[in-house]
Amino acid sequence: MAPILKISDLHKHFGPLEVLRGISLDVDPGQVVALVGASGSGKTTLLRCVNALEDYHKGSISLGDEQIGYQDLNGRRVRLPESRVARQRAELGMVFQSYNLFPHMTVLDNVALGLVYVQKKSRAEAERIALSWIERVGLADKVKSYPFQLSGGQQQRVAIARAVAMQPKVMLFDEVTSALDPELIGEVLAVMQNLARSGQTMLVVSHEMMFVREVAHRVVFMDGGVIVEQGPPEEVLVRPRTERLQTFLTRFRGVLR
Amino acid sequence: MSFALPQLLRGLGVTLEIGAIVVTAGSLAGFVVGLSLLYGGFAVRLAARLYVDTIRGLPVLVLIFVIYFALPAFGLRFSAFQAGITALSIFATAHIAEIVRGGIDSIPRAQMDAAKAVGLTFWQRLHLVILPQAVRRMVPSWVNVAVEIVKGSALLSLLGIIDLLLAMQNVVGVTFSPLPFYGLTAFLYFAVNFTISRIGGLMERRFAYLKY
Amino acid sequence: MGAYHFNWFLAWQSFPRFYWGLALGLELAALSLLIGSVIGMAGAFGRSFGPTWLRLAVMSYVEFIRNVPLLLLIYFAFYGLPKIGITMFDNVWSFVVALSVYSGAYLTEVFRAGVNSVPVGYTEAAKAVGLMPWQRVRLIILPVTFRIILPSLSNTFISLFKDTALASAVAVPELTYAAEWLNVNTFRTIEAWTFAAVMYLFAGYGIAFILRRIERRYAVIR
Repeated sequence: MAPILKISDLHKHFGPLEVLRGISLDVDPGQVVALVGASGSGKTTLLRCVNALEDYHKGSISLGDEQIGYQDLNGRRVRLPESRVARQRAELGMVFQSYNLFPHMTVLDNVALGLVYVQKKSRAEAERIALSWIERVGLADKVKSYPFQLSGGQQQRVAIARAVAMQPKVMLFDEVTSALDPELIGEVLAVMQNLARSGQTMLVVSHEMMFVREVAHRVVFMDGGVIVEQGPPEEVLVRPRTERLQTFLTRFRGVLR
Repeated sequence: MSFALPQLLRGLGVTLEIGAIVVTAGSLAGFVVGLSLLYGGFAVRLAARLYVDTIRGLPVLVLIFVIYFALPAFGLRFSAFQAGITALSIFATAHIAEIVRGGIDSIPRAQMDAAKAVGLTFWQRLHLVILPQAVRRMVPSWVNVAVEIVKGSALLSLLGIIDLLLAMQNVVGVTFSPLPFYGLTAFLYFAVNFTISRIGGLMERRFAYLKY
Repeated sequence: MGAYHFNWFLAWQSFPRFYWGLALGLELAALSLLIGSVIGMAGAFGRSFGPTWLRLAVMSYVEFIRNVPLLLLIYFAFYGLPKIGITMFDNVWSFVVALSVYSGAYLTEVFRAGVNSVPVGYTEAAKAVGLMPWQRVRLIILPVTFRIILPSLSNTFISLFKDTALASAVAVPELTYAAEWLNVNTFRTIEAWTFAAVMYLFAGYGIAFILRRIERRYAVIR
C-alpha cells in the first residue's frame, strides 16, 4: 500500500541551530505513528512542518501525490501561494497542545467553521456533521457553550472534533495532553483511541507512553533532530536497541512494565 | 441668551459634522494602514511606519497648519473646511492604524495557527477569527481617538471654520456676560464626548463574552 | 506645482526664534507637568481615601476636563478669568494655568492607577515592620508608585509638549508661533512649517529616547 504521507530528507535550522537533520518518514493509510523524544528533539517542529506552519530548508513532504507547501519550479524549490497552502491544510487535521479553540464562537460554530468556509458546505449540513462529531467526543450537551465554560479536557475534545470533522487524510496531534490536569487526560486519550480504531491515519507527538504502547502501530524515537530508532511499540519501547533510547525510556520505567 | 442659542447649536452641528466625517474616514484608512503595518511587504511596512510615527510625533495644530498653509504652495487649492478635515483625518488615521496594529498583535499567535490548521485563507482568518477577537481590545483606545478628534475639531476654529468654539467666541464678543457661554460650550463638548465614551462602554460589553 | 521659490536661507536666519520657541515649549510643558502632578497626587489621594463628597468632586473634575477641548480652557483662562476679576495672569501664565488644570485631570488617573497597583505585599511588609501610616506612604508607597508610573509620566510629558503648540493661539512665542511668524512675515510657508515639524519630531523622539533610558534605570521590575 502506498504511503499516504511521505517525508523525505527534511532539514531545518533556526539560525545556527539545526533542528531537523535529514528526517525521512513514511506513514501508511490507517497507521498510527507516534513521535517520541525529549524536548528539543525536533518532534514538534517536524509536525508543524507537515502542516506548513513552519518552513524548512531542504527535503520534501507529500500528502498523497501532492507536495505540501512547496513546489519544484525548474529545479528550484519555491513556496506555494498561501491560498494553495490553505487548501492543502484542509486535508490535514491538527490538534494543538493549548487547544486553541476560537473563544468568540460556540462549540458548534468552532467545529462547523471549517466545514462551511473551507469545504463550502451549507450551514445546515455543516451543523449536522459537526453535531455528530461533537456527540462522538461525548460533548453533546455543550453544543451551545463557549470555550471558557469548558474544562481543559472538554476543550481539547472539541478541538479534536473540529479537526476530524473535516475528514482529513492525516490527523496531527501535538502533545495534546501535556497541558491538561492528570484527571482530564484519560477522556482525551479515549477519544484518540476511538479514532485510531476507526482507521484514522494519525501522527502523534506524545509523552503518554502507555497510550503509545496501546494504540500506536509504529513508534519513532527522535533525538537531536534525527530519527534514532523506529519500529513497533513492543520492540522499541520494551527492547530498545540504542543507548539513547534506553536512557530516554528510564524515566518511564514505572509506566512501561 | 436666546439669540445666542441658534448660533451655538449651528456651531455644534459643524463640530459634529467634522467629527463624524473624520472618525469615519480615519477609521477606514487607519484600518488599511494598520493591516499594512502587520502584513505588508517590507517597503509598505516601512512607509506605513514612517507615516504613523511622523504624524503621531506632531502636534495636531502643526499638522492642521501644514496642510492649510503648505499645500496651496504646491498648487492645490481647497477650502479651509477641506483642509481641516484632511488634516484631522490624517491625524486620526495614524492613531487608529497603531490601535489596529496593537489590537491584532495582541491576539495569541496560536489562534492564527489554529485558523491556518483548519485550512482558512488569509482573509478568512482575519475576518472570522482574528478581527472578531481583536476589535474588542481596540474599542477603548478607539473611543479615546474619537474624543480627541472632537476636541481637535475645536482647533479648526483657528482656520475660521465656525464650529462650536468659534460660535461661542462670536457670541461672547457681543455680550457683556460671557461666563455662562463658556459654561454652556464646555457642557456641550462634555455631553458629546461623554456620550461617545458611553457608547464605547456599551460596545465593549457587547463583546464581553471573550473571557480571554 | 506652482511657482514657489524655496528660500531656506531666509528661514535659517530665523532659526533663533525657532530654537527659543522650542525651549519655551519645553519649559511650559515641564512647568505644567509639575503643577499638574501636584494636582494629580492630591486628586489621586482624595479619590482613593477621601470622604464621599471629595471623591465625587475629583471624579467630576477628571471626567469634565478630559472631555473638553484644551483650547476652550486656554480661552477661558485668558479671556474669561479677567471678567471675574482674576487679572494677574498674562498670556503665558494663562496658558500654564490652563495646561496644568488639563494635565491635572489626566495625572490624577495616572497616580490613582499607580497607587492601586503597588503590590499588596509591600504594604503588608511595611506594616509588619511597624511603620506608621504616614511613614508607609512616604517611605514605601510613594517611591514605589513613582517607579511604577514613570512610563505614564513620560508619555504625559511628551503629550504636554505637543499641547504647548496651542499656546500660539494666545500669542505665546513658542515653536508653532515662530512658524506662524515666519509664514506671515516672509511667506516662506513650506520652509517655516518644515522647520517647525522637524523640530517637534526631533524634540519629541529625542525626549522619548532619553526618558526611556531613565525608565530602564528606575522603573520597577516585577
